[in-house]
Amino acid sequence: MGFRFEFRLSGAGGQGLILTGKILAEAAAIYDGKNATQSQSYGPEARGGSSRSEVIVSDEEIDYPKAVNIDLLLCFTQEACDKYSMDINKNGILLIDSGFVTNVPKGDFRIYSLPITEIAEKEVGKSLVANLVALGMITALTKVVSKEAVESAILSRVPKGTEELNINAFNIGFDKVTAQSK
Amino acid sequence: MAKQNVNAKLMTGNEACAEAAIVAGMRFFGGYPITPSSEIAEVLAHRLPEVGGIFVQMEDELASMATIIGASLAGVKSMTATSGPGFSLMQENIGYASMTEVPCVIVNVQRGGPSTGLPTLPAQADVMQARWGTHGDHSIIVVAPSTVRETYDWTIKAFNLTEQYRIPVIVLLDEVIAHVNEKMVIPEPETITIIDRKRSTESPDTYQPYKQNDSDIPLFADFGTGYRYNVTGLSHDETGFPTNDPQKINALYSRLSRKLERYQDQIIEYKTEYLKDAEICIVAFGSSARSAYRAVRLARQQGIKVGMFQLFVIWPFPYKILGRLASQIKAFIVPEMNLGQIAHEVSCAIKSDVIKVNRVDGSLITPNEILERIKNVSV
Repeated sequence: MGFRFEFRLSGAGGQGLILTGKILAEAAAIYDGKNATQSQSYGPEARGGSSRSEVIVSDEEIDYPKAVNIDLLLCFTQEACDKYSMDINKNGILLIDSGFVTNVPKGDFRIYSLPITEIAEKEVGKSLVANLVALGMITALTKVVSKEAVESAILSRVPKGTEELNINAFNIGFDKVTAQSK
Repeated sequence: MAKQNVNAKLMTGNEACAEAAIVAGMRFFGGYPITPSSEIAEVLAHRLPEVGGIFVQMEDELASMATIIGASLAGVKSMTATSGPGFSLMQENIGYASMTEVPCVIVNVQRGGPSTGLPTLPAQADVMQARWGTHGDHSIIVVAPSTVRETYDWTIKAFNLTEQYRIPVIVLLDEVIAHVNEKMVIPEPETITIIDRKRSTESPDTYQPYKQNDSDIPLFADFGTGYRYNVTGLSHDETGFPTNDPQKINALYSRLSRKLERYQDQIIEYKTEYLKDAEICIVAFGSSARSAYRAVRLARQQGIKVGMFQLFVIWPFPYKILGRLASQIKAFIVPEMNLGQIAHEVSCAIKSDVIKVNRVDGSLITPNEILERIKNVSV
C-alpha cells in the first residue's frame, strides 16, 4: 500500500484548528497534487469546548477517512493531550503548546514542546494566530506537504487583509523548528 | 506560488451534492434545514438564484416534499434534502410522488434514530425506511455513495434515474461523507450524461397522462404548457382520474412495480475489488464501504483471499448477482452502521447467514473491526 500520513490537530473550540486542517488538506490536495481528506469533531460544541480536526494525506485514493494511527498529533490543551497521545504511531510526532500542556506523556514518539501561543503573542503580535504558528511547525516537522503549497493554501483560505499576518505567523513557526533541528 | 490544479477542489459531500444537482439541471429546491444535511440547503440558497433557479425554505418537511412534486409537475427538475426526522415526515408525499410518477430526488443525510436520535453523528439506519417508509407496494430507487466524488456522480445519476423511469430517487448519505472535506476533481461537462424525462408530443386535447405504452413509462407533459390533466394519489386510470375498476386498478399497480422489475438490470450498479479469487466477500455501502476497502487491502497484504462488493444502488437490491457469487464465497461479511438492515438482504440473496459487523454508537466502523472478522473466518 502507498504512503499515508495522519494528522490530528486538537485543542479547544475557537483556536482555529478546523481552518488549520482545511489549509493543510488543501495544500496537499490542490497545490501538491496528493490526495487529502479533512474531517472534524462535529457536535453541539461552543467556543472553549474540545475540538478536533483530522487530516489524512496520501499518494493514493484515501479509503478510511479518519485518523487511527496518528503520525502527527498537535495538542493545544492538556485534556486533548491526555485523550489522544495513546493514538500516536510508533516514531510519530507529538507537538504540544508548552504554555497549556504541562503534564507531558511518555511513549514511543518524538515530543516537541514549544510555547506556541506565546510565540504568536510575542513574536507575531497576536495570540490569535497560534494555529498558523503551529501549522508552520507542523510543515517543517513532517515535510509531508511543501512550504510553498501551504503558503498558497493559506492565501486562499484566510480572510482578506490578514494574509500578511498569517503568512508571517506561519513562517515564524516554520523557522523555529528548522532552527532547532539544525 | 505552488502550482494549482484548477479543476481540483477541496469539497464536502454536502457541497458536492448541491453542485452536482445544479449540473444535473435541478432548478427547484424546497426544503427545511436539518443537521447533518443543512449545508446542502445553505449552498443551494446561494447557488440556485445564480443559475435562474428557485430556492424555497418551507415551514416543514411535509410541505417541502409537496413543493418539489409541484415544481416537477411544471417540468422543473426538483430536489429536497433532509435527515431522519424530516425523512419520516416526507414519507406521505414520497408515496404520492411514487403513485403519480413525478420525478424527484430526495437526499437523506442519515443520522442515528429513531426520533431525534443522533443529530450530529453518522448512522446508516434508514436503509429500510428508504425502501418501505411510505405505505403500499411502491417503486423507489435508492443510491448510496461513499466518497465526495461518488456523491457528485450519484447525485447526477439520481436525477437521470428519476427522469428516465419516473420513480422517486433517494440519495442516502451519512454524516461522514456529508462533512468530510475531500479532494474532488470536477469532471468536464462534456463527460457528463444528463437525461431528461420523455415528453409527450400529443395534442393537449387527446393527451392522457398515464397512457400505457411499450416502455411502461408514461410520457410526461409539463403543467403550464397547455396541458390540463388530473393528478391524484388515488388509484387512477390512464386519464389520471380516480377509478375503482378492478381491472384498471390492477393494471396501474402491476405497471408501477413492473417498471422497477424490468429495468432493474440497468439501474443496479456496484463496484468490486479483489473478488476474482476471493473466498471471503465484504458487502458494504456508504462510509462503511471505506472502512471495508481499507480492511480488504490490509487483509490482502497478509495474503487473505478477501474481496469487496460495494453497493452503489441498494434498492433495487442485487439479489441475483450476490446469489451467483455465493457458490464461490465461503463467508460474507456485512459491516454497516445499523443493526443488520443490509445484512438481512444479503442473507436473502445468498440463502445463508452472513457475518454482521454493526455499530450504532455514532462512530464509523474502523477497518480493524472488519479485519478481525476477516481473520476469524480465514483461519
